[in-house]
Amino acid sequence: MATLLKNRHLTGWLLASPLALVLAVFLVLPIVMIVIVSFWGATEFSIYPAFQFDNYEFLFGSPVTYKVFFNTIKYAVITWVFTLTIGFTVAYFLAFHVRSLTWQIALFLLCTIPFWTSNIIRMISWIPFLGRNGIANSTLISWGVIDEPLEWLLFSDFSVILAFVHLYTLFMVVPIFNTMMRIDKSLIEAAYDSGATGFQTLTNVIIPLCKPGIMIGTIFVVTLVMGDFITVRFMSGSQSANVGRLISNDIALLQYPSAAATAVVLLATVLLLIGILLRFVDIRKEL
Amino acid sequence: MEKRSRAFYVLAVFFALFLLFLYGPTITIAILSFQGPQGGLTFPMNGVSLHWFRDLFQEQAVGDIWGSFRRSFALGLMVMVTTVVVSVMGGLAFRKRFAGSTVLFYLVVTSLVIPSILVSLGVGLIFSQSGLDVHWATSGYGSQLTWTLPFGLLIMFAVFNRFDKSYEEAARDQGATAWQTIAHVVLPIIAPSLIGVALFGFTLSYDEFARTLLTAGSYNTLPLEIYGMTTNVTTPVIFALGTLTTLFSFLVIGVFLMAVWLMNRRRARQGSDAGKGMV
Repeated sequence: MATLLKNRHLTGWLLASPLALVLAVFLVLPIVMIVIVSFWGATEFSIYPAFQFDNYEFLFGSPVTYKVFFNTIKYAVITWVFTLTIGFTVAYFLAFHVRSLTWQIALFLLCTIPFWTSNIIRMISWIPFLGRNGIANSTLISWGVIDEPLEWLLFSDFSVILAFVHLYTLFMVVPIFNTMMRIDKSLIEAAYDSGATGFQTLTNVIIPLCKPGIMIGTIFVVTLVMGDFITVRFMSGSQSANVGRLISNDIALLQYPSAAATAVVLLATVLLLIGILLRFVDIRKEL
Repeated sequence: MEKRSRAFYVLAVFFALFLLFLYGPTITIAILSFQGPQGGLTFPMNGVSLHWFRDLFQEQAVGDIWGSFRRSFALGLMVMVTTVVVSVMGGLAFRKRFAGSTVLFYLVVTSLVIPSILVSLGVGLIFSQSGLDVHWATSGYGSQLTWTLPFGLLIMFAVFNRFDKSYEEAARDQGATAWQTIAHVVLPIIAPSLIGVALFGFTLSYDEFARTLLTAGSYNTLPLEIYGMTTNVTTPVIFALGTLTTLFSFLVIGVFLMAVWLMNRRRARQGSDAGKGMV
């Protein structure tokens, strides 16, 4: 027994078994189930086991699918650009311009606190801002910038992306800040001593060294936005759709096979994307 | 103090605007939740009152808020404890570089990046097809773990990457068994990070919506209840609820920070006396 426990493979698996069990039952099995059900058939009232490609044929034959996938990618790309720009700037300020560690930690915590509030509450809290009689419109009118309330502030692509940026920028700040804090400050001094301008130091030293953090942040933001359905539903006032909403609508109509087929395509897209991103970064080394 | 560059001030203003962007909306609904009884969802304030908070406490048309709060709280605690225990075990396991650990690691990454609605759909399908009832404490609990465990495990990776192995070697040299080394050396050293894992586990579970949507069964958790309210409640009562849950989150963070502080103080008091004796 004692010698058996010295075997690292065995003790490794023993220690990892609860983790492996949870993932097997609540991740692998559900994915397998979704793949199986995506070939099933459905009537108006029930679903029945089968092996047919009807769901996929319908999915790929429908112009709605392409439109919705395009919309999903559009949301992901625009949100990515904004969260990356804001997240990088915020992390850069904290890591290189705030000088004492205490202040760095305090300001960093200040950024993370809103994250602990419910996402749905944070979405609702945009209503008084963006609504027809909201703060934004009344301010702009009182300034004389506009005469009529802007209708596109709430329940539009604008508000969807605004909410995404509001909800997910933190996922960009944390990994980028993490990699920035580990950059050896003498490298930056060396760049200055060699005559580099601030901008050159940024593009030739800091950004390349931050690449792993940027990749991890990108993975978070892109997957969160692509799988999201509640933000899109809520902030677009049910007027826009992404793949997540397509799935949740099918679920609401009890069209599980059709939802499963869409889910399989979404999963393949996301995993393909992550696979490409992981080529650029070794996550285990970067933690 | 050396003079700040112009870039510092530009970036400081940017940072301040970012904070305003993060906090502004939440503060606004906190103010609006004190609307008078005639007030609506936007400004102007129509008097100041506690009307909408009272409305919340008088259980009425808005559903079972307190029941859902209790369920979310219990579920959060269950998920928190499980996340801490399983993440620590997983973290220890991954240090051993056992055969197949890479596969398990990629499974963890998958669990992190898979869209939540897929987990919800898949678990829901499994339960319904095998004739089991979905319930927040079984299917809901399991599907939340697929989201909290990867976070906990990633934190444990970060912790163990910075862990000084010489402490363990010292313990082994003194004749400690593997279990004694973990219980008396490793766990006390990583304890503050475990509070971080616990905080993550609790709040991620407490706020989780998508993974619980199809797996909570007939009894709602709080996020599901709030979501239900957004579709049919059009009074500031929903802002009052938002304010209360935000305050509750602050309370939870406060309790966890307090625990870290107490732990550090205790450690400082019982710290090592190495180097303090007579030479």
